[in-house]
Order: sequence, then C-alpha cells, then structure tokens
Amino acid sequence: MTRPILRFEHVGKSFFGVPALQDVSLCLEHGELLGIVGENGAGKSTLMNILGGVIQPDRGQMWIEGKPYRPSDPSEAKRTGIAFIHQELNLFTNLSILDNMFIDGFPRLASTPLINRRKAKDMTRRFLEAVALDVPVNTIVEHLAPGERQLVEIARALSQDARTIIFDEPTTSLTARESDRLFKIIGRLRQEQRTILYVSHNLGDVLQLSDSIAVLRDGCLVETRRASEYTTDKMITQMVGRDISQLYPPHHSRATTETALEVKGLTQRGIVRNITFSLCKGEVLGVFGLMGSGRSELARILFGIDPCQHGTISRRGHLRKAVSPRRSIDDRIAFVTENRREEGLLMEASVQDNMALVSLRQYARGGQLIERGRVTSSVSQIADSLKIKAERISTQVAKNLSGGNQQKVVIGKWLLTEPEVLILDEPTRGIDVGAKYEIYCIIRDLAAAGTAILCISSELEELIGICDKILVMSNGEIQGTFAREEFDEERILQLAFKGHKTHGHVG
Amino acid sequence: MNRSMDKLISLGLRNTPLILFVLIFIIFGIVSPKFFTWQSLENAVKQASYIGIVAVGMTFVLLTGGIDLSVGSNMYVSTVVAGLLIQRFSASVGTALCACLLAGVIFGAINALLVVKFKIIPFVVTLGTMVVGRGVGLMLTKSRAVNFPDAVAKIGSAETAGIPWPILIFAVIVAAAWVLLNRTTLGRQIYAIGHNLEGARKAGIRTERGQATAYILCGLFAALGGFISVAQLGNVNAGFGRGDEFDAIAAAVLGGVSLFGGVGSVFPGVVLGAVLIQTVSAGLVSARVDLYLHDLATAAIIFLAVLIDSVRNTQLRKLSRRNIRVEE
Repeated sequence: MTRPILRFEHVGKSFFGVPALQDVSLCLEHGELLGIVGENGAGKSTLMNILGGVIQPDRGQMWIEGKPYRPSDPSEAKRTGIAFIHQELNLFTNLSILDNMFIDGFPRLASTPLINRRKAKDMTRRFLEAVALDVPVNTIVEHLAPGERQLVEIARALSQDARTIIFDEPTTSLTARESDRLFKIIGRLRQEQRTILYVSHNLGDVLQLSDSIAVLRDGCLVETRRASEYTTDKMITQMVGRDISQLYPPHHSRATTETALEVKGLTQRGIVRNITFSLCKGEVLGVFGLMGSGRSELARILFGIDPCQHGTISRRGHLRKAVSPRRSIDDRIAFVTENRREEGLLMEASVQDNMALVSLRQYARGGQLIERGRVTSSVSQIADSLKIKAERISTQVAKNLSGGNQQKVVIGKWLLTEPEVLILDEPTRGIDVGAKYEIYCIIRDLAAAGTAILCISSELEELIGICDKILVMSNGEIQGTFAREEFDEERILQLAFKGHKTHGHVG
Repeated sequence: MNRSMDKLISLGLRNTPLILFVLIFIIFGIVSPKFFTWQSLENAVKQASYIGIVAVGMTFVLLTGGIDLSVGSNMYVSTVVAGLLIQRFSASVGTALCACLLAGVIFGAINALLVVKFKIIPFVVTLGTMVVGRGVGLMLTKSRAVNFPDAVAKIGSAETAGIPWPILIFAVIVAAAWVLLNRTTLGRQIYAIGHNLEGARKAGIRTERGQATAYILCGLFAALGGFISVAQLGNVNAGFGRGDEFDAIAAAVLGGVSLFGGVGSVFPGVVLGAVLIQTVSAGLVSARVDLYLHDLATAAIIFLAVLIDSVRNTQLRKLSRRNIRVEE
C-alpha cells in the first residue's frame, strides 16, 4: 500500500477577518501529482504559501511523513524537503546561475566557511543537465529568457533534493515548446517518486499531468478526485459553481471599414521587420506569436516606448512622428502591458489612484489642482461598469486585489482616457476562468462601441474566440493574416513556429 | 563593424572607474609634472587607505541596499575611546586598538539593531547615530583634542618591505572583504538581500543576519580606518571624521557600487574609487589650486563620475538587450 507523505487537516487562514482558506483537508501519497485548480481568490496561493512556510495557518494541522509540520518560515519548509517554485520566479537576477542554485548554503571547503567553487560548479552543471539547460554556470540570470529562468528554479529545487515540489502557475511565461520541456522534466521528477503539487489555470495541462485534482472555490475545497474522473468542463463547473456554457461572448458587432491605426513597414534592427497592417474601428485584431516572436515589442513600438528605425504609424490619416507614450495618450491610444504587477499598477496605491493615474490631467482645474470629487465619480462609474470587486475603491490597495480585478483596474485606467485604439498585451494572463470571460465581454463590448482593439496573446484559443482577424508573428515578422472565417488553429500554429529554429533558446 | 563598435563602447563603460582614474592622473600630471611620479602615487594610495577601509565597510552596507551615514562619527568616537584609554589609564597601544575596534563594532551593532530589529530605515537610523556618536565623543573629550603618543604615530609611518603599513592593512582588508563577499555563502547572500529583500527571505536566507553583519563590519572598518588616520595625524580633534562618510560613500559609488543594493565589488571597484578621490585632493594641492575651490572641485568630479555611471548603466542596459530577430 502507498503511504501518505503529506496531509492537511482542517487548515484555515483569514486575512483581516476575511477567510482566505477554510477547513481544507487533503492527503497526498508518495510520488503523486496533485493538480490544484480554482479561480483567483479561491485560496490556491494561500494553501501553497502555507505549505511553503511563507504564511502560517490560523487553524488546522499539517503532517509530513507522519510527523506534525508547522514551518515558521520558508527556510524551514525547505529543510523539510519542500521546494516552492513561485509564479514570479524567485531568482536573484544580479547573481549567476551558480549563486542562485546555492544561495541558501554553498558547498564548503572542508570545515572552512569558504565556498568550494569546483564542487559547486560541478553540481550546478549536473543539475542544469538534468533540466536540459545548456548555458555556462556563471551566466548572470538577468541574461536568461523567462523559460530558461524557470529551468534554473527547477534545477535549484533538484539541488535541494526536495521530495515535494510546488509549482505555482509554471507555464504562464513559457512558450508551448518550453512548456513541453517542463512537462517532460515533471514526468521525470515523478519517476523519481517526488510528490508534486501543480497549481495552474491551464486546465488542459492539469488534466493531462495530474494523478488527482483538487478544486478550490472561495477558500473551500470543493472536491478531490482521480484525474481520470474529471473533464475540463466538470472542473470549470466546480470552480465557478455554475455551468459556463460559453467560454467566449458572442460576436454581436462587426468591424467597420474606417481605419483607426495604419502601420506601414515598421522595422527596428534585431526586433521587428517590415510590419504592415491596419486596424479598423470596432475591430478586434489578434496578434498571435510565441514568446520572443516580437509581439510585445511591436506593441511597445506602437505605443512609443521603444524606438523604431523605419516605417510609419498613422492615426486618422495623420503620420505620427517622434512618438512617445505621452503623444500616444494624446492621440487616444491606450496600452495595457503584459505585466500588470510591474508595469501596469502601483501596487501600494489605491484602486482609485491607480485608475486615475493616466487621465489625471483631465480632472485638474486650471491645469493644476485636482478635483477629487470628479475623479471619484468617474472612477466609480468605470469601476462599476467593469464590475471591479473592491471594498472601497478609494482605500483598497491594488496589491490586495485578485489577478482578475487587478487587470480590470488596469483596463479601467485606460478606459478613463476614452481611447479609440486599445492595445492589450496578454490581457488574461494568470487570471481565472470567470474573470477571463468578463475580460472577453469587456473587449467585445468596447469593440461594439467602436474602439479599435489590438489584442496580443499566447493563447490561440482565446484569440480565435474573441477576434475578428488574427495576425501571426514569428521572428519579428508578420507571417500571415487570418480573417475570422478562415481561422485554422493548425495553420496558425505552423506559421507561428516558422523561423523559430534559427535561434533555439529564445523561442 | 557595428557590433565591434558596440563591444568597444560596452568595454569602456564597464571599466569607467579605471579609465577615469587614468584620465585624472594624466590631467594632474600635465598640470603639475612633479605629480606624475611613483612617489606621488604611493602617497595618494597611502592617504587613500583609511578612507578606502571605511569605504569597504560602506560597500557591505550599500550592497544590502542600506546606507551608513554614521561612519564619520564612528571614526571619531572609537578613536576618542582609544586615545582616552592611553591618556588616562596609560593603556598599551594594542589594548587601545582593540578598544577602538570594539567601540566600532558596538557602534555598528547599534545601527544593526535599529535597522534589523526595529525596522527603521537605514538613512534615518544612521543619521541619528551620526549625531549621537558625535555628541558622545564631544562629551567624553569636552570637545578638546586628544593627543596620541609616538608609539601610535609609528604605525602610521612604519613600512615593511618598503610598503607603508596603512597600504598593507588596506590591502589585507580588501582581500578579506573580497573573499568574504565572493567566496562565502554569507557574502553571496548579502548580494541577494540587496537585490530583493523579500525574495531573499522567501529563498530561506537569514536576511537579518546578513544585514546585521554588514552594519557591524561597517562599524568595525570605520573604527579601523579612523585609527589608521589618527596614526598618520597624531591627534583627534572635534572635527575628526566629519565629512568622511561622504568620501566613503563617494568612493564606493565611484567604484561601481549601486546605491540601490546588490551590485558592486570591493576590488578593483572600491579601491579605485578611494584612490581616485584621494588623487583628486592631492592633485589639487599639487597643482596649487585655490584652497577654497578644493571642495567644489572634488564635488564636481564625484558628481561627474556618478553622472557617467548613471549614463553607463542606461547604455549597458540598452546594449545588452536581447535581440529577437537574427539579422542576416
């Protein structure tokens, strides 16, 4: 009989009186892979943070190999053999791969405090081989691509000989190919009888990888079952507590023929080449590409953050010169960046301050003094229409919101500028199914109201679900354009992979 | 062709302290030829050694993302303790040195306690202890100068194998600091702490220990730097060490240590930074620049160096940005 390695009994945690996790009891066996799914705010992160020693539970008990387990900090969890691979990778980008591998304890020369460099190098090399990452061990992490950084994290977990590994949303910043590589490594970890907790929004992956699946909703465990007894639909039903018959909103509107943004021959050496397309009012234009295909870089150039050497961008028939974000905003262009935590939000500021940030100028009397009353009323209006769930928008801090609500705050911030062109980069990354649907509805509603929308995503399904047209990018170039009638998942993917062989580790 | 140009620029930017150092040396050499001698270089390094030692301590604190404004007062109060022990209790030089270093460690430990345990921001903590430290020193001395016996002054002028002791001690400290930072777990962790404190905690690093070590070492090195300076001067007056915190921070920053934490090295960075600052003051004297302009000139050069450093960082970031396309 298999024996349980990890047991949760009635574990609960509240933040400021609001329960984040209630009465969760779970049991994992040696070498089992437990998939954990749930909407954002369902308590997945809280549960994993408790296991990883980042936070301490208010109630309940955990057991590891039959012994009570109550870590007071992450290092204690680590010593107990638990590795936590965070969604936002916890690497020190100023240090080398080797440093990162052993940062909590290098191998030493005999009984001196000195680092045994040779041993550390050998070990690092061996663990990098185990995750199939072929870079020098002294490479500074800053110079690695997101996928490579994740492999370093996994190598680190291996180096600590962790018996239990927590993966929190490991695939969000990975390309399809990198994800495959990750799954192979996970497969190998299971052969080595390691226990894995796998948290993800990608239900297909969870279904494919897991032995059993736990579904969380509103801080409670809905059910744990063998993966074979689940389907994606069933998981979704349990996650949201209702049937979602449609993952995408219907297309009530169609694109107009009036051009909102015209791009011709955009070229920047080493980044993009000869990008030409036009975006019409009321159109949702998708840009699909793998990571490193130049899709986000294109958005940055369009919005004026990064320079471009050749080509033109015109709005309303006027060429735009010396583009800067400020000019773009004046030109009624809005840009929701792919990284809301770092680029989209002031995490410590209130929802209201975040939302008013870009449009603040409009609320200044005589160009100087801000009329808070008007700001509040405009912000509340948008917040209501986007159904942002926050206690009080004037006091609630952005970092305490769930991912979906944070993303709505970012979108709301730009809607306050009444944009005619809205650029969205990965608008649904790392947010749950329910919130995704709401974002899709917002996108379609805006399009119906005449906004021209450029939507970048690495999830092809969602682009097919909401777009009127899809551009496929690879190697910094547009490889093909598909109108809604001709959407073909296979052909789009083929084009996206085109030209990705020449420089292996980027894509 | 374009690429090799990029590489050249990148190489130049990475070695700004060295290039700046050579440039300044040459400029002073041209302005006043007698400056351009081995002797004057040795003098510059000798005079730089005390500020260099303090700057090495400062580097530890800066690497954790903190700052220590109290090193000047620490130098003062620690050497006052040593001087009074000799003067009033006829303590030996060895005892006095130990007491001086102990006073520095205690001073650093107080900073560490306030920063790490009471979570007060380093700027405020060390601004406070800077004033308190000076006050304690003035109280002990009734603001009179404390004279040191010749035995102490001998340390300042002693030589071994033709190398002055201050330079030797400086070299030993730099080597020890380099080994500690690069070849021990604690040292690497100090870099990690400065890069991301919360992340370091999550990674299982005992961040409090790392931070505390940095402040205590900074205190220790401040006291040692103070003692070496006293050995060269022969006495401690009420203004001793005042403004040295500025030179120490400037030396570290000139040497490429980031004020945001996590980036920088003691060798060659901080060594060059310290010598550079000293070279400038020595050069100004040698070139017979009006005494009243010295501070302005030193400040201008430091400002210039930091400006170049800032430009360098933006440029380096641009140059090292990954390309997506492979251009044929």
